[in-house]
Amino acid sequence: MLREIRPAIVLLLVLTAITGLAYPLAMTGIAGAIFPAQAQGSLIEKDGKVIGSALIGQEFKDNKYFHGRPSATLAPDPNDSTKTVPAPYNAANSGGSNLGPTSKALADRLKEDVDKLKAENPNAAVPVDLVTTSASGLDPDISPEAAQFQVPRVAKARNISEDQLKQLVAANTQGRLLGLLGEPRVNVLALNLALDRASAK
Amino acid sequence: MTVTGWLQIILYCAIIVALTKPLGWYMTRVFNGEKTFLSPVLRPVEAGIYWVSGVDEKREQHWLTYTVAMLLFHVGGFLIIYGVMRLQAVLPFNPARQGAVAEDLSFNTAISFITNTNWQNYGGESTLSYLVQMLGLTHQNFLSAATGIALAVALIRGFSRASMRTVGNFWVDVTRCTLYVLLPICVVYTLFLIWQGIPQTLGPYVEATTLEGAKQTIAVGPVASQVAIKMLGTNGGGFFNANAAHPFENPTALSNFVQMLSIFVLGAALTNVFGRMVGNQRQGWAILAVMGVLFIAGVAVCYWAEAQGTSTLQALGLTGGNMEGKEVRFGIAASSLFAVITTAASCGAVNAMHDSFTALGGMIPLINIELGEIIVGGVGAGMYGMLLFVILAIFVAGLMVGRTPEYVGKKIEAREVKMAMLAILILPLMILGWSAVAVVLPSAVASMNNAGPHGFSEVLYAYSSQTGNNGSAFAGLTGNTPFYNISGGVAMFVGRFLMIVPAMAIAGSLAAKKSIPPSAGTFPTTGGLFVGLVVGVILIIGGLTFFPALALGPIVEHLAMNAGQVF
Repeated sequence: MLREIRPAIVLLLVLTAITGLAYPLAMTGIAGAIFPAQAQGSLIEKDGKVIGSALIGQEFKDNKYFHGRPSATLAPDPNDSTKTVPAPYNAANSGGSNLGPTSKALADRLKEDVDKLKAENPNAAVPVDLVTTSASGLDPDISPEAAQFQVPRVAKARNISEDQLKQLVAANTQGRLLGLLGEPRVNVLALNLALDRASAK
Repeated sequence: MTVTGWLQIILYCAIIVALTKPLGWYMTRVFNGEKTFLSPVLRPVEAGIYWVSGVDEKREQHWLTYTVAMLLFHVGGFLIIYGVMRLQAVLPFNPARQGAVAEDLSFNTAISFITNTNWQNYGGESTLSYLVQMLGLTHQNFLSAATGIALAVALIRGFSRASMRTVGNFWVDVTRCTLYVLLPICVVYTLFLIWQGIPQTLGPYVEATTLEGAKQTIAVGPVASQVAIKMLGTNGGGFFNANAAHPFENPTALSNFVQMLSIFVLGAALTNVFGRMVGNQRQGWAILAVMGVLFIAGVAVCYWAEAQGTSTLQALGLTGGNMEGKEVRFGIAASSLFAVITTAASCGAVNAMHDSFTALGGMIPLINIELGEIIVGGVGAGMYGMLLFVILAIFVAGLMVGRTPEYVGKKIEAREVKMAMLAILILPLMILGWSAVAVVLPSAVASMNNAGPHGFSEVLYAYSSQTGNNGSAFAGLTGNTPFYNISGGVAMFVGRFLMIVPAMAIAGSLAAKKSIPPSAGTFPTTGGLFVGLVVGVILIIGGLTFFPALALGPIVEHLAMNAGQVF
């Protein structure tokens, strides 16, 4: 058994160096050379400043923008570091609400959000993704129905025709891959950037 | 449920079955020490590693030596992870200036990664430096996976050899698995993931100013290289807190599909390795069929339950299924499928929050884990776990006809059955034992995020997941407390190693036996009767053991939900 001690130490160190340092560092080097944009986090710049990542959702509250899904992410309480406070779309601390199917807190939150959305657009059914929090709290997408649902509000705030907005939503809708994988979706940040460009014209 | 949803599921199963044979062929060559197409490049590296570490690759080990070597290897792995976590504040690659990780959390995380559990009491982006992610976690993602596969191969050798004292050489099996199987796949896989949008950088977190003018700090890091092995090695520990639901760990429908494939692919291929090594590939297919039956049943229930939604959603007129805790790009079908895969295997990565699943939808992952993760299972661990159940099933069949049972040419006798039972009893001991302790400790009850039966499910899930070395969670439970960190660490350790030792004892005892040719009285183990018998034994053992606990958690919650009750 004693002769197993040397491999237990040396082999471990060698394999650790290969898999824990050489491999990730080599992949970082290669990634920087062939996929530099993705490797940095698919960042979007506007006027030379980073405004976010194409893959990470951000919070929209203004009526003139399409809104993303509710987010359950938290941040440390500035007044008491042992506690946390809600901080939607905190991309340095991802997470979901983890509220279960019989949670009263969830039922109350859903009811409140549904009532708010019904008041905003009484003519359409409330899309489920617009009142449920995502798993990561950073979901960049909403369903096409959720985007269409918001068209009247945005049209009013921007003074643009609803038809023009509907076309914009359609143009920013991604379908299923090969018609099969995933679900149809609209990237909210991309849609809002397109919206700003359309309004600027 | 939709047609497209089911087509995704069928396509998934078809690809796994198609990959099983070629990959099984390749892995068999690797573990038999034969040449592969990568040998010209890797053989010199392999020989060099043996030379510096003093390994004689020709010398095989007795099962006990093999097991001791494995344990020693893990002592070192534990110390490395624990060390870099405690010291991360003074070590390099820490642009976010994370402070030292607390003792109990470091203990829990170190156990978690050497046991291939990858339970996350830590929040990746808010707790760990890049160095810990790479040197601590990525390295053990490889080695704990390689260990699992090595152990499965050693047990398979027990069946395939006759009258031998040895079961292989642990150091050689681990090295060959890492170099020839895991690393080459991961290099290609990492590049694919980066192309799909997963970051791979050592740069600091990005400060962005959003369109509405708010500040957003975006955590990045060397993510892709870790995600590749996290999935392939059924580890499942996320770079980020939200794991594979985070858009940076799983950005597209395609990355999601490939990640699901990579969880099952090696485990499925091991059934073929088994068939090849015992000289009849149909033996391997029969085992894969057992796994397949249980898998499809789980997917059907979980997908149905999630597509139904909850009574709260239905009462508000919200259709489209239970989207709380799910991402739009995956939807109901791919989230349900992922949940079943990740718990059937001992992966534990999640692309949706299991805590927010419906009662029945969330019960399926729980059952998958409690059955011992033998539905494909963790790389290696699933294979040796399944073989333990096969031994029991064969034993039961033998009792029925009053004949000494045999399997692939080996007599199954008292020693094997005792060892198999010992390994299987570890699960209820740790899962039910610790859950019972937790629910009577007021401080442990305070960690629950949900009230009512769902809170109990959170605790039950936590110990099931840790004992089963899965790593997924009903994540609302605040697990980062001294009690949960330490009890969970014990559960993970016992769940991994006390399962391995009896399995290896079986390997040693089988290898020493003579091989007997099949006769007219031998129970055929390649047909539907055998598949049905093994499925039955698995469900009866799992059902008898865990039904009472499930009745107090998800089952009563489902009934309460239908009665419109909230807590």
